[in-house]
Amino acid sequence: MSSEVVSELMREHIVKLVASGRRADGRGPEETRKLTIEKNYIKTAEGSARVRLGNTDVLVGVKIGIGEPYPDTPTSGVLTTSAELVPLASPTFESGPPSPTAIEIARVVDRGIRETKTVDMSKLVITPGEKVWVLFIDIHALDYDGNLFDAASYGTLAALSCATMRGAKLGVPDRPLPVDHWPISITAAKIRNTIVFDPALDEERIADARLTVATDENGDVRAMQKGLTGSFSYDEVRYVISTARRLGNEIRGIVRA
Amino acid sequence: MEDIEHFEKEIRLVDENGRRIDGRSLDALRPIKIEAGVLKRADGSAYVEWGDNRVLAAVYGPREAHPRHLQDPTRALVQCRYNMAPFSVSDRKRPGPDRRSVEISKVTSEAFANVVFREQFPRTSVDIFIEVLQADAGTRCAGITAASVALADAGIPMRDLIASCASGKIAGQIALDLNKEEDNFGDADCPMAVVPRTGEIVLLQMDGHLTEDEFDRAMKLSMGATSKIYEMQKDALRRRYAVTALDEDDASEVSP
Repeated sequence: MSSEVVSELMREHIVKLVASGRRADGRGPEETRKLTIEKNYIKTAEGSARVRLGNTDVLVGVKIGIGEPYPDTPTSGVLTTSAELVPLASPTFESGPPSPTAIEIARVVDRGIRETKTVDMSKLVITPGEKVWVLFIDIHALDYDGNLFDAASYGTLAALSCATMRGAKLGVPDRPLPVDHWPISITAAKIRNTIVFDPALDEERIADARLTVATDENGDVRAMQKGLTGSFSYDEVRYVISTARRLGNEIRGIVRA
Repeated sequence: MEDIEHFEKEIRLVDENGRRIDGRSLDALRPIKIEAGVLKRADGSAYVEWGDNRVLAAVYGPREAHPRHLQDPTRALVQCRYNMAPFSVSDRKRPGPDRRSVEISKVTSEAFANVVFREQFPRTSVDIFIEVLQADAGTRCAGITAASVALADAGIPMRDLIASCASGKIAGQIALDLNKEEDNFGDADCPMAVVPRTGEIVLLQMDGHLTEDEFDRAMKLSMGATSKIYEMQKDALRRRYAVTALDEDDASEVSP
């Protein structure tokens, strides 16, 4: 992914704004953009969701099939997550094999689902060692206006929550994919010495550091990922976590609805 | 294809009243919805719902052509990338280009190179991205229809829009705009794209079996349909650029 040049004027403007507690789009530092989710957007997918976080637009599809388990985990279903940052979504995205950014997004989302046992993989076994449900999560960016991490993770959770395991091939009725946990990811960006949440594109481009925190319905931390070259102090990390818990509660309601 | 197994061998694509499985007559298009300017970052964009097809198109440029050795010192390149989302079809499609999408990208690029005033932008590239989000046969036609509106939305100078449609043969009869079942079990499919103002055909493909007479009738159906699609395309652009009227409506609602 090539990066876009940000003019010095724009950079100074955003730095000054956030330092005084304001933002270019009028939000407060801890305010996230408007989130809308359309579940079951795609008929050809077993579960899907189109997520708009401000102007960032992401479509997530879940395909569910039947396959063989990995030899080392015979009593566990199979989960694969991929992200495509297609060049339709931004002038900085290029066609070709997945960029490091796309791989990072897919892996962070994958960890969030796998490690939190959002979907209990042991419930996806049909015949141990032989036949299991196979889940493909495909994250498709449509319009990139900052914070793909959170948009992709809300989309994934929403798509899983409306997914169906089609039983026709096994001669059993369809049933919903069991979703046991609701980890909500919140991303903070540090610009000089100020932290803002749900960074818009202009903020993300000039940010020194990024921290994504996923908290579950009990307020426990389930995943974290720090990015970019800057750093956070311990107090800043604690501030981000406590804010992520509060914002996560609001967003969880929208994702579950 | 797993879906094929679920169908009876002697599936009836057309009933005794000339109705198709989705209730259409032989010369009817599926419902089409076109929206211009749907993406923020792209220079121009459009969204098309065409039956159960859902397709997004974005245009970037004219911008510096990459890789640079492709640059043409006398005119712009028109480069199209047609891509299907992995979840857009019943069996998951492996991400990335396959032979089919490379071919569709090529013929689509060539069709648009015909109408863009390329000599106005030497050394640049006009990049068209078509993303198929949900597929139900006829995605290249839906993609070309969307890309055409996206090019106009991006302000790319063109001789005209391009309108595209397919027709084919099902149960021995010529029919317009085949859906997935008809495409799978039909006898022929013939997608085309046309410059509506002049009637020039800029894309034409066919697979299956048609007599000369059947081909003529199929093309007549497609030609008639493209003039309807052309009107829908222009309509989408008018709606996109009639914002002032809408803004006034909104303002009057907010302040009584």
